[in-house]
Amino acid sequence: MFRWIVARDLMLAWRRRSDVLSTLFFFVIVASLFPLGIGPETQLLRSIAPGVVWVAALLASMLSLGRVFQSDEQDGTLEQMLLTPQPVYLVVLGKVLAQWLVSEVPLVLIAPLLGVQFGLASDTLLILFVSLLIGTPILSLIGSIGAALTLGLRGGGVLIALLILPLYIPVLIFGAGAVDASISGVSPQANLYLLGAFLVVSLVFAPWATSAALRISLE
Amino acid sequence: MECVRGDRRLFRDLSFSLTPGTLLQITGPNGSGKTSLLRILCGLTSPESGEIKWHGAEIRSLAEEYSRSLTYIGHRIAVKEELSSIENLRISSGLAGCELSQNQAQQALARVGLAGRENLPARFLSEGQRRRSALARLINCTAVLWILDEVLASLDHAAVTLVESLISEHLSKGGMAIVATHQELHISSGLFHRLELEPPGSGGTARSGSPS
Repeated sequence: MFRWIVARDLMLAWRRRSDVLSTLFFFVIVASLFPLGIGPETQLLRSIAPGVVWVAALLASMLSLGRVFQSDEQDGTLEQMLLTPQPVYLVVLGKVLAQWLVSEVPLVLIAPLLGVQFGLASDTLLILFVSLLIGTPILSLIGSIGAALTLGLRGGGVLIALLILPLYIPVLIFGAGAVDASISGVSPQANLYLLGAFLVVSLVFAPWATSAALRISLE
Repeated sequence: MECVRGDRRLFRDLSFSLTPGTLLQITGPNGSGKTSLLRILCGLTSPESGEIKWHGAEIRSLAEEYSRSLTYIGHRIAVKEELSSIENLRISSGLAGCELSQNQAQQALARVGLAGRENLPARFLSEGQRRRSALARLINCTAVLWILDEVLASLDHAAVTLVESLISEHLSKGGMAIVATHQELHISSGLFHRLELEPPGSGGTARSGSPS
């Protein structure tokens, strides 16, 4: 059943490619505006790079999160999913995995390219890639709670941002911190381990909270 | 099953039970709580007070075990516009835990009169055809209890006959069905009960009786 959800969401995303591409372009453009605005000061660019790329990733993931449950709620598929003979936890996990694969993985893949614009060294680019690889699933997991809570509300998009962005702060701090550490020549290990710990915790608790929120939203 | 709901007083003191081979038709004017009742029976909404029992156990405690015995087709029929009818059918059956082969799905769609249109995205189908493709879910489904909300809406005469024959087959195999609809249902086998919900604001009780 889990694979049906993932396969279905990937198929739907493929049929609505423009949604996925718009998130990716948003990420690229936000991260590219900074070097254009600040000018060719390599030292300054290098020091703001981790924060800028990470903040752009947070904002881009907000864009795609609003859609996770929305269309399924509108056509009644979500009700069917809650009535499947499997735990709702798995349904949520499947949908979040699909959302991550579709909307976040492209960001992770293109991020090193953006890092080049900021003049980052190659080992720092690798750390940027790894930190996003560990960090973006956390964004999807936590974000799914907000998406479920604001389901069916008018102006839900803004509300998600208000609910979820504060919860993203630790991820931002340790994600950008890892890249920062690598720039200043310190080992980024501690930051990455903490991100990993966040990932495990959110993997356990977020789908559970999301399923509870979905049940409430559909009452 | 027993259920009382009090917040908007759609109905109260409502109590009924179903035995295998029984069809329960729920009628009542708009706003009398037919959909709410069905959603409560599915476990999507919780009743204000009262309980719904399946084989003697509360449905909340059964959770997934109850979902396995249940097929629900709601107002919103869960047909994805971007997917073709065959994809819709195979995916929704897969989600419900009974996987269909390409062939089985094709046959089911042929039975509901969508042969030749299996690969058309659902957004190119008419409302009636979309409803037909949702009904195809019932054909290979093994669930004992069908809960159908306004399934006959925007269906033509042939499709209504098809729904009736699907329900009759299901009942003759010992299944149960709860159907909310205003139209007359003619079934050839099984027991038939009717539950009429009263209009909102009239105190909210319900009468049940056998049809003529």
